Amino acid sequence: MPGHDAMANDAVAEQERMRRFRDAALPHLDDLYTLARYLMRNATDAEDAVQECYLRALRHFDSYRGPAMKPWLLAILRNVCNAEFARRGKEEVPTDFAQDESVAEDMPMWQEPQASPEKLILRQQDGATIRRLVADLPEPFRETIVLREVNDLSYQEIAEIAGVPVGTVMSRLARARAMLRSAWNAAETATSRPATASRVMQ
Amino acid sequence: MNCAEFEVLLHALIDGELDAGHAREVEAHTATCSACTEKLASFRTMREAMNGAALKETAPAHLRTRIETALAVPTSRVISMRDFFKPTRRSFFGGFAVGSALSAAVAASLVLTVIRDNQEQTIADEVVSAHVRSLQAGHLMDVATSDQHTVKPWFNGRVDVAPPVVDLTAESFTLLGGRLDYIDSEPVAAIVYQRRKHVINLFVAQHLGARRAHTASESIQGYNIRHWSQDGLDLWVVSDLAGEELDEFVQKIASALRRPSSAS
Repeated sequence: MPGHDAMANDAVAEQERMRRFRDAALPHLDDLYTLARYLMRNATDAEDAVQECYLRALRHFDSYRGPAMKPWLLAILRNVCNAEFARRGKEEVPTDFAQDESVAEDMPMWQEPQASPEKLILRQQDGATIRRLVADLPEPFRETIVLREVNDLSYQEIAEIAGVPVGTVMSRLARARAMLRSAWNAAETATSRPATASRVMQ
Repeated sequence: MNCAEFEVLLHALIDGELDAGHAREVEAHTATCSACTEKLASFRTMREAMNGAALKETAPAHLRTRIETALAVPTSRVISMRDFFKPTRRSFFGGFAVGSALSAAVAASLVLTVIRDNQEQTIADEVVSAHVRSLQAGHLMDVATSDQHTVKPWFNGRVDVAPPVVDLTAESFTLLGGRLDYIDSEPVAAIVYQRRKHVINLFVAQHLGARRAHTASESIQGYNIRHWSQDGLDLWVVSDLAGEELDEFVQKIASALRRPSSAS
């Protein structure tokens, strides 16, 4: 029966397509989940976003002609997250990276770096603190630093994902690291010398 | 340039995105400016600490299972995929266009003088893209045959090299055929092999930025890449095959090239 054969061929082609998609897309699950965690700021929303990202990627897989798979998926994920923020009307969701809610809810910990060359402390912070410091960065600096330091993308790839010129990526990254360094030093001061906060003012 | 302008370049230096000229300029500046030296050191320290902090999350097992299960289903209709995902708690995530985020070729025109001229990296990316493209239905072969004596002449007049087409069936690399591809806007011979379910693309051209006698290895987006130069040819090999097996393949091709009689 030719009709039956055609259907069987369709099914085989579809399976083949699915296999190709799995092989190309699944290895990037951790990268996607990480970016989703930092953008959506909590695990449940991140999981929903990653799931939606895979659905959309599969739907557009036939028209996929590059760039490399990882940045392509990350770009889709970023769109998914932004669409969700737009739908919610910009309400900020508190991050569940923060262990100390009072700190996270407070004034932002980061400040512009002082004009004078400050002495840099930068002791080793533990992983949880570093994650919280990154999570506390405002957008678009948060996504820029995560795409660079965690997802390990080039400036060009970040520029394409964020839809901005490379120069903008460079200045965002410089701002992001400057903010992070200030917050880092502040966290250092807060944890190691809580009683001598005034010394920072000197 | 003042210190503020140099600061942006400090980051590009740390990230390995500066060309040699600008890198020297930044280094010359930091040699005479203690503030910038200190900044550079602190950003490097911070970066190392971030790398050490393992910021990359691992997707929870239940999410992985959910997605793998859904993608494993041999369904013939994409729409029905939705049913295999656990329903989300609300009608979530609407309205979207992939194009918008990817259209930014705009970026390419800016600050490129500062960004490292890395032809090799570009070609590596393009080679992987070409490989992925080739895996899509109907793109793999222009001439589909396991007969090397059919594949090799097919390239005559299509590319300006005589690519090595070798029978490696004995080594359980099956020749699938050949294809004309384009890398860096140049026509390139692509010879397709397979081991088990893994497709291997061998790209051959005169100038493909390999420019080295020893084999270089890298991995992009989960694909293993090997490239080297031999007898005036640049050769790139891409596959999702394991690294050791791909090395074996490279060796076979390289030794076949050294013995031209068996490659013809």
